[in-house]
Amino acid sequence: MNKTTKRLSLTNGSEENPIVDVVNRRFFLRSAGLAAATGAFIMQSCIKDHDLGPGGTGAVNLGTGDIGILNYAYALEQLEAAFYIQVIATPYSGITDKERRFLTDIRDHEVIHREFFKAALGAAAIKGLSPNFTGIDFNSRASVLGAAKTFEDTGVSAYNGAGILIQDPGYLLLAGKIVSVEARHAAIIRDLLMPNTISFAGDDIIDGNGLDLLKRPSEVLPAIAPFIYDTIDASGLPTP
Amino acid sequence: MNIFKIIDEIQQVDGDAVERLQHATRRSFMTKFSKTLTAAAVPTAMAGIFNKAYAFTPGAIEVLKFALALEYLEDDFYKMGNAAPNLIPAKYKAVFNQIGKHETQHVNFLKGALGAAAPAKPAFDFSAGGAFPNPFGVFDTFVFLSHAFEDTGVRAYKGQAGNLMAKEDEPLLDYALQIHSVEARHAAKSRDILSEIRNNDRIKPWITLDEGSPKPVYAGDENTIQGGVQIIGIAGKSLEAVTESFDEPLTKEAVLAIVKPFIK
Repeated sequence: MNKTTKRLSLTNGSEENPIVDVVNRRFFLRSAGLAAATGAFIMQSCIKDHDLGPGGTGAVNLGTGDIGILNYAYALEQLEAAFYIQVIATPYSGITDKERRFLTDIRDHEVIHREFFKAALGAAAIKGLSPNFTGIDFNSRASVLGAAKTFEDTGVSAYNGAGILIQDPGYLLLAGKIVSVEARHAAIIRDLLMPNTISFAGDDIIDGNGLDLLKRPSEVLPAIAPFIYDTIDASGLPTP
Repeated sequence: MNIFKIIDEIQQVDGDAVERLQHATRRSFMTKFSKTLTAAAVPTAMAGIFNKAYAFTPGAIEVLKFALALEYLEDDFYKMGNAAPNLIPAKYKAVFNQIGKHETQHVNFLKGALGAAAPAKPAFDFSAGGAFPNPFGVFDTFVFLSHAFEDTGVRAYKGQAGNLMAKEDEPLLDYALQIHSVEARHAAKSRDILSEIRNNDRIKPWITLDEGSPKPVYAGDENTIQGGVQIIGIAGKSLEAVTESFDEPLTKEAVLAIVKPFIK
């Protein structure tokens, strides 16, 4: 019964925040390094892009340059936030106090990340995506924590792989501030599944040089596509 | 294409350019450029030389040296801890062996990247002149230092990412980010163990406000200005949650001040 079969809006209701509008304009204009006039023009372009996927199919276009990468991160954070909101709304049977504490904290972090990107992107932000969690049994601990592990490891790999695609040092630092929090999540979710083993930084993810996962958007987006009803158009993203 | 003009131009921004080129490539330079090279082949040959002599920017080399210093410290710390009898309870042995394995890998990886430029390993005093007596005899002290070193490492790498943004440093930015998130995984688990052995739920896998000890390791982590904008109250979430959601960087100077007492 806890399977989520309906479509959820990822940015609706009580998780919204009024400071967003203020943050929007100031952050976008300042950090994107654009003159106000140019900024307004580009924002208009981005809005238009949303409605025009390839061939007008309604795909969600992430945009180009740093804005594209921020939208890419925003899409990932939308997915994670929606997932943990559902986890806490319908906790799996047998959830422990410690697990509930951790998962509630993680939900809050992901919602904050999501709202931060939404605010930062302002009018250039993609729409709220519709998650598809039909493959996850929210009543099952193994299913929920298994999905959480996938989302967190994917998030770490995605931020690591996005670093070289970012032009603005301020955005690179922001990605760095977030990716280590995602890595903390990933480690502790893995540890909940296999306590006090090597799994928190296991040989399945860390290579022989002690390096974590790293994936470019072209690898990440197909991996998360099954969890999103919308089609994402990443054709404008920078490539290595 | 006048290759000597290019070398001249490089010389203007980097006084060591000619010397380094000569050092790195004297033999290939003589054979390739003094004989039968066609104009079309010159750029390819030059690129080959630059890959050796100019693989990374000088700024990036400094980042690598700094990173290696921190990894030396961590590697020695876990080697001693993992070898100490009756220090780590059986329950946690796998965790600290895994962390130690990664630190050794990081040392080897960075030494490989630096080659002859790699600094030698300093001698360490993990009691920091007696401030932490018996770090390899008291498990609490060992875990305390572990979590502080890991959180420092996370903040240190984060603070250097912006120095690896030159095109030729791209591989290094990839690697640095990949080490950075491994340190964050270590930090999360080390903090979890500290929380458990101290029976203190306030110690979470993530950093709340600037809570934690030693103080300089967590200084500034309570920052709530992100991307130039105050985000207190975003999404209606608590101040604690807002600060936990973003790990803050430390400057090289702040990191060196933290680790200095541990270097003999």
